[in-house]
Amino acid sequence: MVDNTSNTDAPLSRRGFLSWMTVAWVFFAAAMGGFLTMCGRFLFPNVLFEPPSSFKAGFPDQYSPGAVSVDWKGKHRVWIVRTDDRIYAILARCTHLGCTPNWLPNESKFKCPCHGSGFRMSGINFEGPAPRPLERVRIGLAEDGQLLIDKSVTFRQEKGDWENPDSYLMT
Amino acid sequence: MAEEKKNKNPFKSVIWKSIFRVQVPQDRRGRMMQVLNNVFLHLHPVSIPKHAVKVKYTWCMGGLSFFVFLVLTVTGILLMFYYVPTTTRAYTDVIDLAETTPLGIMREIHRWGAHLMVITVWLHMFRVFMTGAYKPPREFNWAIGVILLTLTMLLSFTGYLLPWDQLAIWAITVGSNMAAATPLLGREGPGAALVSIGDINLVTPLSDAKYGLLGEREVRGGALLRFYVFHCIAFPVVIVVFMAVHFWRVRKDGGVSGPL
Repeated sequence: MVDNTSNTDAPLSRRGFLSWMTVAWVFFAAAMGGFLTMCGRFLFPNVLFEPPSSFKAGFPDQYSPGAVSVDWKGKHRVWIVRTDDRIYAILARCTHLGCTPNWLPNESKFKCPCHGSGFRMSGINFEGPAPRPLERVRIGLAEDGQLLIDKSVTFRQEKGDWENPDSYLMT
Repeated sequence: MAEEKKNKNPFKSVIWKSIFRVQVPQDRRGRMMQVLNNVFLHLHPVSIPKHAVKVKYTWCMGGLSFFVFLVLTVTGILLMFYYVPTTTRAYTDVIDLAETTPLGIMREIHRWGAHLMVITVWLHMFRVFMTGAYKPPREFNWAIGVILLTLTMLLSFTGYLLPWDQLAIWAITVGSNMAAATPLLGREGPGAALVSIGDINLVTPLSDAKYGLLGEREVRGGALLRFYVFHCIAFPVVIVVFMAVHFWRVRKDGGVSGPL
């Protein structure tokens, strides 16, 4: 039997071994932590290959008052609504869980096929599980006089955003 | 040549011995050693109590879940030879799997198996609960089982997107919007505003749980590819590891629990 505690001639003492092990474990833990952080960050891409968020939606005259236009819903997921005095753009994204509702002209409402939420022409919710009104997006005029819709800016009724002049266009 | 073969006992040939290691067992100990020395046989216990083989008691639901998992693995690998996870091909590839692929039923077996595995896993959990098999010393294995249940649901969820039809896209839209409502980590979840450094909010549509799940803001081609990799590689690897621990613990915790 070799008595390790009194073996001072050993190349590595117990104390030295333990301190080296501590250093090794700290470095190992740091390396693993760093690598796992890298793996997690890797799953969040920096660049998205999505279509541009703004588009031109024709001239204001082509929209008739009191009607909902579904022309841009398929391509850009936006309805253009014209009332007696203004034009606004509603994002066709249900505020319940993100499905795309349909405009039902006969019943004059937006109806979501997933869980049955219903919205008035203004975008206000009145039936089904949706907790808040549909969001409107920025609308303005381009230099050539066409409507310019920007989906990257949204306006929420419950926050009072619909009073924002960027959220509608007077006609 | 033929004469030579006749005279030799195949059980004593070099090839036989090199494969099976032990002699044909003559007694109980020999039979035990034969089981213990074979990689496939050792997965089974060398002996089990009489009540453990009663279908009335176990319903065999754990074993059936594993069997269905094996069927799903085999059929899933075969489907990967034909299915391409891109927005232009995914939907038509799934139709072709029924219309033009030989036999046309492999994808249906995979789909039915997926439904069946969810059912058998739930029934297994129900049986374990009703027979009190979650009680000590098996409480840790119950926890492993809950992880396996979660992984089963995740495999089911990720596979749901792959047909890339309307049902798939909107189901994953709804599911991933639930991720957006995660407390603290979802952009629309409670307390998301609390996760911030000074004025900079760390939970945004470009950094929250939904974005990490889909790899983009809405369900598009990137999410399809990501779910494909999760479904075919990441989750199966993880579930196999937990299944190994689960089965091993069944044995180490005293085998199938006895009647109360």
